[in-house]
Amino acid sequence: MEVPVKFSSVARVSVVAAITALALTSCAANEGSPSASGSASDSPAASNLSGELVGVGASSQGTAQTTWGAGFQTANEKVTVNYDPSGSGAGRKSFIAGGAAFAGSDSALSDEELAGSFGTCKADTKAIDIPVYISPIAVIFNVDGVKDLNLDAATLAGIFSGKITQWNAPEIVALNKDAKLPDAKINAVHRSDASGTTKNFADYLNQNAPDVWTEKPADDFPYTGGEGAQGTSGVVDAVTNGTNMIGYADASRAGKLGVVKVKVGDKFVGYSADAAAAVVAESPLVEGRGANDLAIKLDRKTTDASHYPIVLVSYAIACETYKDPAQGTLTKAYLEYITSEAGQKAAAEKAGNAPLSADLSKKVATAVGSIK
Amino acid sequence: MTTQTERPKPVIRLGDRVFARSTLIAGSLILVALAAVAIFLIVEAIPALGADTTELKGSPSNFWTYVGPLAFGTVWAAFLALLIAVPLAVGIALFISHYAPRRLAQGLAYVIDLLAAVPSVVFGLWGIKVLAPAVQPVYAWLTDNLGWIPIFSGPVSGTGRTILTVAIVLAVMILPIITAMAREVFLQTPKLHEEAALALGATRWEMVKMAVLPFGRSGLVSASILGLGRALGETMAVAMVLSPSTVISFVLLQSENPNTIASNIALNFPEAHGTGVNVLIATGLILFVITFAVNFIARAIVARRKEFSGAN
Amino acid sequence: MSTVAPIANALTAGKLPRYTPAWVLLGSAIIITGIALLMGNPSIPGIVVVTAVLFVVLVYLLSLVVEGSRKAKDRLMTSLVTLAFLLALVPLISVAATTIGLGLARFDLEFFTTSMRNVTDAGGGALHAIVGTLLITLATAIISIPIGILTAIYLVEYGRGKLAKWITFMVDIMIGIPSIVAGLFAYALFALIFGPGIRLGIAGSIALSLLMIPVVVRSTEEMLKLVPNELREASLALGVPKYLTIIKVVLPTSLAGIVTGSLLAVARVIGETAPLLIVAGFTQSMNYNLFSDRMMSLPLFVYSSYSQQGADPQQFLDRAWTGALTLILIVMALNLLGRLIARIFSPKLSR
Repeated sequence: MEVPVKFSSVARVSVVAAITALALTSCAANEGSPSASGSASDSPAASNLSGELVGVGASSQGTAQTTWGAGFQTANEKVTVNYDPSGSGAGRKSFIAGGAAFAGSDSALSDEELAGSFGTCKADTKAIDIPVYISPIAVIFNVDGVKDLNLDAATLAGIFSGKITQWNAPEIVALNKDAKLPDAKINAVHRSDASGTTKNFADYLNQNAPDVWTEKPADDFPYTGGEGAQGTSGVVDAVTNGTNMIGYADASRAGKLGVVKVKVGDKFVGYSADAAAAVVAESPLVEGRGANDLAIKLDRKTTDASHYPIVLVSYAIACETYKDPAQGTLTKAYLEYITSEAGQKAAAEKAGNAPLSADLSKKVATAVGSIK
Repeated sequence: MTTQTERPKPVIRLGDRVFARSTLIAGSLILVALAAVAIFLIVEAIPALGADTTELKGSPSNFWTYVGPLAFGTVWAAFLALLIAVPLAVGIALFISHYAPRRLAQGLAYVIDLLAAVPSVVFGLWGIKVLAPAVQPVYAWLTDNLGWIPIFSGPVSGTGRTILTVAIVLAVMILPIITAMAREVFLQTPKLHEEAALALGATRWEMVKMAVLPFGRSGLVSASILGLGRALGETMAVAMVLSPSTVISFVLLQSENPNTIASNIALNFPEAHGTGVNVLIATGLILFVITFAVNFIARAIVARRKEFSGAN
Repeated sequence: MSTVAPIANALTAGKLPRYTPAWVLLGSAIIITGIALLMGNPSIPGIVVVTAVLFVVLVYLLSLVVEGSRKAKDRLMTSLVTLAFLLALVPLISVAATTIGLGLARFDLEFFTTSMRNVTDAGGGALHAIVGTLLITLATAIISIPIGILTAIYLVEYGRGKLAKWITFMVDIMIGIPSIVAGLFAYALFALIFGPGIRLGIAGSIALSLLMIPVVVRSTEEMLKLVPNELREASLALGVPKYLTIIKVVLPTSLAGIVTGSLLAVARVIGETAPLLIVAGFTQSMNYNLFSDRMMSLPLFVYSSYSQQGADPQQFLDRAWTGALTLILIVMALNLLGRLIARIFSPKLSR
């Protein structure tokens, strides 16, 4: 009795030990230790930046931040960039508490947040908002036999708030004379989790059709009707797999789904990177902020048909002056990279966002340049 | 601690004292941990009661109207899951314990236990990618043909991601728990009872009905409640599969479903800030209280049944 | 039993031939398939369901006519019970087939040797998540198993009176704690100490310990209770101190069961997602340090691969399913190991 029992405990301990040893000595093939890979690579720019840069924030920037992190880490071997896409709110919270070097956020800092202090920044200095990621939000649909769909803000608001329930409702027919709209119920899909995409979409509807979309824009979808789905993937899956569906999602994920053309002025425009960047570039900044705070007050009521007003602008929130100068240098270098033409282009390829326009780029460069 | 003090010759060795003390500390640690859970949750939850709730989804008038539909959804989804899982689990347990060939039984039991090896996030993935699209046509048929029954009334969800789908996923998840316990109880039926029934000419089903089921009833109740507890707290699978809304509704096949507390926390915690976090923690406290109550009732039932069952 | 059944005299009369159910099954399958083909939309799940219903009804009716109502009811229940078992296999097979079918796409060396650092679409792997899961689970086991076993020893060997009753009750309550509540607790605890927004691997371990300890207590308690009292009494009678009796006699006798219980408890918490989502965070890179920075875990890897897909969603979905497959394999391996230990080393207690 005793002997086999002992064996089992020995065996167990050795299994655990073996697993632990394996885990502790294993090293990812794509992650050399910084010193080793530094000598092995033939990186031209002998960068002397080093350290860990922690960003926390919006998941909308997730793919872009991964791309930027990869680019920045390739150019600066000794740097590790960790972007945690756990959400805008979590990002701002961590940044304010001093847990992150910068925050990624789908909305700029509120006045209340600005009035407080920032743990990451030098005492008595403030944080600034820098737009780094502009992405059009596409209204996607999946209706049998319908290829093109034109809608205006009031109709969209009616559909998503549950006031228009049939695909052949007169409001929709009036805008789509040629389409064969089915006599079927509209299944409108919205995000079930809190998200900046919802807030920006609701803001567009609220600005353009305040009579129909009466709720204040917020991260949560305000109405009880319609179908909820988790995350951009959930919405895209629901629209793809369901019948007579319509939903809104980051444009990069629209894929082969039908995309609604939205009425701007007298014309119907589909989303495009240029049109999205244009509306951001021509919107005014929020008043009463520091010179380098580039919080944008999006003008979604634009009537210029070269604009696409359903846009999400995501910010990097950084300090004017960092408590730790080394961290300041590192953050500044990183933000310079991600807002540069090369950085924006790299992200656009992977994440499908709209690169910053030339105008805005200049302002951003000045703002980033002021970070200490 | 005081067990040995009143003996005539208290020979208390140092080793004994140390060992007894350390087991006592470990045991007390559990009490401390649970007390800490309750205290931390309460402390973090208090600010939520006076919070400005207009920021929350659906602009509820106060915290209680916010948590109401969530609490309802939690209980309703778990109840539906139990409704599906318990009859199935009893059938499976009977099959393994009394119907399947003896030699196969052990293997078959393990097959069902395999279901318990699937993590909830995988069930979530499976629910949204495989189950929901598969059941949608059935739901459409149900609303077309049985729509006059209130719980099946339309309009049907276009994607099949309704509370019934969630209940099916939850049922699959709690099935192995209930089955395993029910199986154990059924196997413990006194052989003499079974043989006596058979010798009196009972068919196999009559034997099961007369000897096995009455014997296993209290075990079955506690197994079901354990499953219920698990279903109440399940998070990821619900968050991924359900199409939630802020309603209280018994309807099974529409897109507007009541959300569950756990799923609501998972969906909103990452983006929550300020008192939003406190509100979510407060809902977590409510969930804690609900599961606490369910377990409490289960224990009470089992304790009472034990006295009457005569089995022990 | 209200209908009066015809009573037959001969031994074999009034009994259906042995292979009747098999023939009925075959017959109903052919009929239903034929009808489905004639109607022009053969859907395999539909055929199976209708065949099953027809089979159950036919066997019941046949038996009712030939064998009488009691036998018929017995046959009906046999069919239903078997059907329940088969029905439970449907989700199991479906989950297994989907996970294996879609998971094998990326079940390659790269998946197990690389992290997601610098990976933007194709390639990449889950090494960081696997290592994170192992570390977090190991820490959880190190915290939970000693506490769990000691508590069980207290309850079985020492505990009398109110305190023991309270602890037993609280262990029951703890088993029912929803995993997300455990996560919220760990978050509240660490946020209070380190400030909001904290994410640590060890915080995940604390949350998981809350879920694991009661399971260990329960299984160990059961095992200790199985140790015959004669063993304890014999040891004590020889003058062995109580603590040595427990360590040298009681624990070794039940060790196999305790190991099995602990392994099953590990298997139970290794797949938890919700608490880690709240307190351990995401990262793309390796992190070997439980006490600093975010740590990835396999369940979260699956979840985030699904919920945060990039421009090429297929790559992310492939990784999600492969992660799911890996996770299931780990849990199954732990389960098997536990059962094996129980089977080989357990004292032969016949039932």
